[in-house]
Amino acid sequence: MIMEIVSKHLAANGLIVAFFIVALLSWLCSVVSLRVFRGKVPGAALAIASGLLLAFLGGKYSGGGKGIADLAGLSGFALLGSGMLRDFAVVATAMGSSLEEMRKTGWIGIASLVLGVFLSFFPAVLIAFAFGYRDAVSLTTIGAGACTFIVGPVTGAALGADSTVIALSIGAGVFKSVFVTMATPLLGRHIGLSSPAAAMAYGGLMGTTSGVTAGLAATNPALVPYGAMTSTFATGVGCLLCPSICFFLVQWLTNY
Amino acid sequence: MIIYGVGILSGCYLLGQFLGICLGNWLGIDANIGGVGFSMILLIWVTDWARRRDLLRVPSEQGIFFWSLMYIPIIIAMSATQNVFAAFSEGWLALLAGVLPTILLFLTIPALVRLLAR
Repeated sequence: MIMEIVSKHLAANGLIVAFFIVALLSWLCSVVSLRVFRGKVPGAALAIASGLLLAFLGGKYSGGGKGIADLAGLSGFALLGSGMLRDFAVVATAMGSSLEEMRKTGWIGIASLVLGVFLSFFPAVLIAFAFGYRDAVSLTTIGAGACTFIVGPVTGAALGADSTVIALSIGAGVFKSVFVTMATPLLGRHIGLSSPAAAMAYGGLMGTTSGVTAGLAATNPALVPYGAMTSTFATGVGCLLCPSICFFLVQWLTNY
Repeated sequence: MIIYGVGILSGCYLLGQFLGICLGNWLGIDANIGGVGFSMILLIWVTDWARRRDLLRVPSEQGIFFWSLMYIPIIIAMSATQNVFAAFSEGWLALLAGVLPTILLFLTIPALVRLLAR
């Protein structure tokens, strides 16, 4: 009886529940960051990592596709973590960033976008080939998934790929996003990720907006707008190149 | 008023995303190309212009700053709603195809940073 009232109450106030739990999680992670890791692992990085862990558990126990948001009473996470609010908040971070910095990186930004697509696509095609895939459509779809988890299904749909291959390409894209999120705070300092220009090159190369913005948030929040600026073009560039040039190249190679 | 800042942010967001959709449509693909980027440029322009004319008061600015600070909590919520379980159930090919090329990308960054420094 009381459980029924509680779960109804939580479901009716989804967004507020999500605010409260994210605040609680952030506080717990900042305490762990200070006490256990002595500030060496940022609290934001821990919070994002535990978010991914919760998403895994949520998916496992609910069988749904939206992580923790599929559990009863936690549906508000789908709204708080939606693409709409994410993009809205990312745009807000542009306040106080410099247009001059962004202009300076112009051609490197464009080069990093194209390079990012090719360097993700072809290695992934080789890996799929090693796993036994031989047809150009499946190979291209899996390669596109290695760009971002949106490029994969868009390319697969355009080429008429099998639905299991499309699911596989989304899986590859999600792994990329998770890996970029976790690896950026660990590697950031060693790869020179410390200036707005470097953040723009990094954003274009990596492409995955969710991975880039989460990774930079955990590394140095001041760099978020610069990485977001270039990565926002990456999915478009990938959707442009993968079903066209990349597909023709793969087709030519598989016929060879 | 705080709502003025939120309004400016919303206007820039809506127009910028619309431009991104139009660009994708014009290039014949079903994707938003650079919508967030256009919105950011618009926001920088508009706030810079308004500040110079003394039209942007502190409370209005706070309406924008609030959302820029909500960014990390939103990302935490986003992480918690990713389909991580499905990614794991796709097995090794999805893992390797997602992670190995990304390691290559990370290795490329120092070279690009050096190019930028020149």
